[in-house]
Amino acid sequence: MSQLSGDQLAVSAQGLGKSFGGTTALDGLDLAVPAGTVYGLLGPNGAGKTTAIRLLATLTAPDTGWARVAGFDVAREPERVRRSIGLAGQHAAVDEGITGRENLTLVGRFHHLGAREARRRADELLERFGLAAAGDRLVRGYSGGMRRRLDLVACLVTRPPVLFLDEPTTGLDPRSRGEIWDAVRELTAGGSTVLLTTQYLEEADRLADTVMVLDHGRAIADGPPGRLKAAIGTRVQVVVDDAGQLPAAAGVLAAVTGGEPVSDRDRRQVEALSLPGREVLLPALVRALDAAGVAARDVALRTPSLDDVFLALTAERQAA
Amino acid sequence: MSGSTVSTTRPARATAPGGPAAAPGRLRRTALDAATSTTRVLLYYRHSPGLLAASLAVPVVMVVLFGYVFGSAMRVPGGGDYREFLMPGLFAMVAINGITPTMVGVARDVDRGATDRLRSMPLSRFGVLLGSALADLLIGVAVLVPLVGVGLAVGWRMRDGVADALAAFALLVLFRFVMTWVGTFLGLAAGSEQMAGQLAVLTFPPAMVTNVFVPTGGMPGWLRVIADWNPASAVVAACRQLFGNPTAPASAWPLQHPVVATLLWSGLLLAVFAPLAVRKYSTHGR
Repeated sequence: MSQLSGDQLAVSAQGLGKSFGGTTALDGLDLAVPAGTVYGLLGPNGAGKTTAIRLLATLTAPDTGWARVAGFDVAREPERVRRSIGLAGQHAAVDEGITGRENLTLVGRFHHLGAREARRRADELLERFGLAAAGDRLVRGYSGGMRRRLDLVACLVTRPPVLFLDEPTTGLDPRSRGEIWDAVRELTAGGSTVLLTTQYLEEADRLADTVMVLDHGRAIADGPPGRLKAAIGTRVQVVVDDAGQLPAAAGVLAAVTGGEPVSDRDRRQVEALSLPGREVLLPALVRALDAAGVAARDVALRTPSLDDVFLALTAERQAA
Repeated sequence: MSGSTVSTTRPARATAPGGPAAAPGRLRRTALDAATSTTRVLLYYRHSPGLLAASLAVPVVMVVLFGYVFGSAMRVPGGGDYREFLMPGLFAMVAINGITPTMVGVARDVDRGATDRLRSMPLSRFGVLLGSALADLLIGVAVLVPLVGVGLAVGWRMRDGVADALAAFALLVLFRFVMTWVGTFLGLAAGSEQMAGQLAVLTFPPAMVTNVFVPTGGMPGWLRVIADWNPASAVVAACRQLFGNPTAPASAWPLQHPVVATLLWSGLLLAVFAPLAVRKYSTHGR
């Protein structure tokens, strides 16, 4: 349930910077997150993702720049920002020694809901996110996935228009990760704006409308995941029976992709990334291999993942 | 650094969030948040009654160890029964021991992100800390009551009337409250549960260099000064005086005026540590 209409910015920032001691955690971040969308901040550990979330959630004051969340300035109107956000940090911040229902009721009470309203809201959320059966058990006994789900749900008690999720699935097994993804989709279906950070490119790809890639506190790329991937070519892999044929296969790949093939003798595989904008079609590739007399055991064309995008971007920066 | 003219898309203002329509007044909010914070801690104890039993076990073991094992060879300089001398000291121990669970609990909240979650909510930070201090005060009372029963069973008595006895209990509760704020600050300063656990061990010697178990008169000069001026010693001496229990002769000012000294120490410690704790809590991670 968003209180912001679609053409407005739920989160905006300009030149946001923060240093701790001599280390620059965030170095001039600009952000524009339209209301009702999911925005993914991507990057390795230490890229500045968590610092960005902490600045936007008013937990830390910026050294430089400004940011507005739900229309309020984080430095001058922190109280109003806090009324408009939900935060799920990197660890499930739920209390282990009490039940799931009590956790949610307490969050409601901290948001100054009446006792009855807080209980009603807790019941409703437990039901909606499949935690009703576990609601009266101590959180200590929950699985990792259930804890994270409860932690997410705790952000929703007051239906805030903007949600910050800091690495919502780090350390979870694939099934629990899927459950969290479903829960996040459920949130956004309600019209909330979600800003999430992740180290998993697949996660940003699945959930985010727009991603920003951060490295060493700076944005190195941003845009819809599809556009970022289009900027990188198609990944082509050929596996041959006889390692002796690798040079021939590499020659074909160089011609077809325009890229630089890399051979792996142990796996009898040669791989290349096509130049951006160059279309690689499977039948043409197979015909070219056949014409060169290469007995290909396996041929694969893969649209680049965000991993490829990230590696390409960081390699570019290191080279520069 | 104002940026209202930088963005062409004017940032949207949120209307009142879906929950409460208007923010309650400052005082009312502090009270509400304190009440919720108290509930949070008490719920924790309700689900883990063993914690309360453990808090009680320590002073009860002390009654046996010191009251009967060491106490069999102890003579109180001013005369009187050693166990009657000991009990007020153990009551004060309960107050001092308030530091440890608070410290570890606060540090655990920081570790697990609960502090960040709370700080991202529109609540009174003073109220949150006040609430957990009040909860801890209630826990202290819950441990003190059965210990008083144990004391009565081993021959300790309140000999100076109800009013003085109530005053003594009031001082004990006040001191527990003060120690909670000290613990809150130390827990926030420690920043991790592991660090807090190790710091907690360090609170043991200051708690022992007091008049809790033995009169300070027999200690070497330098140590005696520390023990005489230890705030905990003032609390113990005040309780011995108000309960009408045996007291050792004292020359230091705080032990000659223990009630006033306890009030002064409490006021001083509270005035230092409560603002420090709130400040540390508000600026955590900046």
